[in-house]
Amino acid sequence: MPLLQPLLLSSALFGIGVYGVLSRRNAVLALMGVELMLNAVMLNLVAFDVWLRDSLLTGQVFTLFVIALAAAEIGLGLAIVLRLFRAYGTVDVDALADDRRADPVHVT
Amino acid sequence: MTPELVVFWLLSVLTVASAVMVVSTPHVVHAALWLVVTLGAVAGCFLVLTAEFVAWVQVLIYVGAVVVLLLFALMLTRSPASTTGATSRNRPVAAFAGFSTFGVLAVVLTSGFRGIVLDLDSQPDQLGGAAPPERIGDTRSVGEAIFTHWVLAFEVLSVILLAALIGAIVVSGRVRDRDRQEAAAGGGS
Repeated sequence: MPLLQPLLLSSALFGIGVYGVLSRRNAVLALMGVELMLNAVMLNLVAFDVWLRDSLLTGQVFTLFVIALAAAEIGLGLAIVLRLFRAYGTVDVDALADDRRADPVHVT
Repeated sequence: MTPELVVFWLLSVLTVASAVMVVSTPHVVHAALWLVVTLGAVAGCFLVLTAEFVAWVQVLIYVGAVVVLLLFALMLTRSPASTTGATSRNRPVAAFAGFSTFGVLAVVLTSGFRGIVLDLDSQPDQLGGAAPPERIGDTRSVGEAIFTHWVLAFEVLSVILLAALIGAIVVSGRVRDRDRQEAAAGGGS
């Protein structure tokens, strides 16, 4: 299998993730774009690990670390999104950027 | 064309198509379900690339935990005031940014790594002097690598996970009474 094939797949996945992060209004859906980008990076790491055949399996171990960090990131990110929703009543990032001070804060 | 190349092509098409659905479907729950397809297809790519353990960890953590967490967040943040249109008004700019990112990455990777063929049957080199793993990428060899050479990074990662856990609890926890009174005073003044 040519090395280029997983690399091109991962670059396509990364581009789609960039589009998702920038185009989504819902903050949770923007986080899904971040997940797509992380998956692209993981695919790259595994492909290079298979190419280099490191005896310490550096690429695969680092992929596992990226998966754990992605789990931490998504947990913290969703906590922040929930806090935003309770403070402002919306998770629309455009609305949050436009009139951040318009609504009174009604924290529960 | 070898069989693994055919399987990888099919998985690539499935991955890209479902990823496009993730970023373009107007229903938020459908986006999460398409994300399951994308992550499962990427796990299949890991399997084809002989990264067996990484593939199963991907299925467990991503498909099992992360998507469930995303679905929880989607249900908890659903309000009658939230807009149904999920796509922002800067969609052309976002499309341009995504395409240019893909273009730059594809050109750089193609010029750098063209013509290299992956050998999916080979064994790792023995320069490190470690005992040869029977199969590359299976649970035993990955576990030996993590718990011998990468054990310090593994422990640091567990501390990071603990910090993220505490941070998530603090951020999403109930606001204390003093903060609420301050917020009410600030909103009233």
